[in-house]
Amino acid sequence: MIRLDDVHKAFGPKRVLQGLSLDVARGESCVIIGGSGTGKSVCLKCVLGLVTPDSGLITVDGQDVQSGDRDAFLARFGMLFQGGALFDSLPVWQNVAFRLQRGPQKRPKAEAREIAIEKLRRVGLKPDVADLFPSELSGGMQKRVGLARAIAAEPEIIFFDEPTTGLDPIMSGVINDLIREIVTEMGATALTITHDMRSVRAIADKVAMLHEGVIRWHGPVAEIDTADDPYLRQFVTGAAKGPIAAVR
Amino acid sequence: MSPLLIPFATIGRSTLGMLRVIGQVTIYAGQAVSHILRPPFYPRELLWQLLQIGWLSLPVVGLTALFTGGALALQIFAGGSRFNAEAVVPQIVAIGIVRELGPVLGGLMVAGRVAAAIAAELGTMKVTEQIDALVTLSTNPLKYLTVPRILAATISLPILVAVGDAIGIFGGYLVSTTRLDFNEAAYLRNTVDFLELWDITSGLIKGAVFGFIVAVMGCYHGMNSGRGAQGVGRATTNAVVSASIMILAANYLLTELFFNA
Repeated sequence: MIRLDDVHKAFGPKRVLQGLSLDVARGESCVIIGGSGTGKSVCLKCVLGLVTPDSGLITVDGQDVQSGDRDAFLARFGMLFQGGALFDSLPVWQNVAFRLQRGPQKRPKAEAREIAIEKLRRVGLKPDVADLFPSELSGGMQKRVGLARAIAAEPEIIFFDEPTTGLDPIMSGVINDLIREIVTEMGATALTITHDMRSVRAIADKVAMLHEGVIRWHGPVAEIDTADDPYLRQFVTGAAKGPIAAVR
Repeated sequence: MSPLLIPFATIGRSTLGMLRVIGQVTIYAGQAVSHILRPPFYPRELLWQLLQIGWLSLPVVGLTALFTGGALALQIFAGGSRFNAEAVVPQIVAIGIVRELGPVLGGLMVAGRVAAAIAAELGTMKVTEQIDALVTLSTNPLKYLTVPRILAATISLPILVAVGDAIGIFGGYLVSTTRLDFNEAAYLRNTVDFLELWDITSGLIKGAVFGFIVAVMGCYHGMNSGRGAQGVGRATTNAVVSASIMILAANYLLTELFFNA
């Protein structure tokens, strides 16, 4: 469904993606792991067209992401951003229903609000949160609202960018479980980037490890503890010594 | 590189950098203008920006005009008395305010208040990925964020200038009649008789141009803000400085065009 083929991207002299190739099948939950600054976020942004690759091809269902109707293309996606990226000037329910209040998926205001409250309930938030502003919420609640926004229009593909960063272990577990449940229940294709191994085990069907701009290893989540790739080994165990330099 | 060439290289690099920014701002402004007439439209955003940019700038512009009008009357009276021309205070205050000081000071005050606020808001939205989030929600940030701000500033500033003109002239009137012993009715009659329609409309056109400049510079620097608090801070400073300089430059060009061409 999602195919990245020999994708390169550099920012000035810094070569971030150096021939990244990856396939994510329909309905699959793929997690990309890797150290900080290895290009995980750039990879997601390339698929969404937020960053244009220097070379290589990215397709979704065989269609080049750089061509065709952008709005129709993006309507298939939902995304949970690392910091939530909620709009400060809008109350929670309008954040969740943002896509349902404008464009081709526009609904009447009352219906959009009802869907937003339903999605908030789905991520474990009470309806009275709907009229608060994002600045009035805790980090965990903001993540949940971000998740509710990502699923509000029932997208086919959902991207999760570091979904548990900055959360305590209990809240991380809650978010991981929610993501797994929602992805399974919606039958959506999910692409997650994280370096939290608990998230990997909770969310992934398949894992891909990104290092120095290429996929170093990929395989089913069940194999990450037995695979003999030294890079993956070091990452999974969190050892300071190994082929991945501790100081980058 | 020879040490002798280093200053030339520095000047060349700076010039090229400046030309690049001018080109980018021009393209950005052109794209924004091209989106004004193309749907989707965001009327609620426009109304909100009219309130933020126009209505909330009224006190700043009004107070600036009031004190400037008063000070101008005192200066013209003092200067005019050197060659027995104290009687021209109403006329010079009116023309000075309406043609120059109203639009320029109004523009500069709005630049300080609005360009900074726009750059800080959009810069923060950029560093917290809210702009990226808009794109993923099939919303063009240029249409949703930039166009309403540019429209609101271009509509608001002439209105603010008109209000500022009236308050500025009133400031001159107040000082002249209470401190300089001018007759109230004669002062008003001299002001009204002296002013021509073009004096007023030229100032309002300047106001619209300055409003456009303020919003474009605020949006451009906000959207291209660097990372972190320092990046947003720099974007805010650049927005105010560049908008102020461009207002003064545009004011000279418009004055040449309107009154000297």
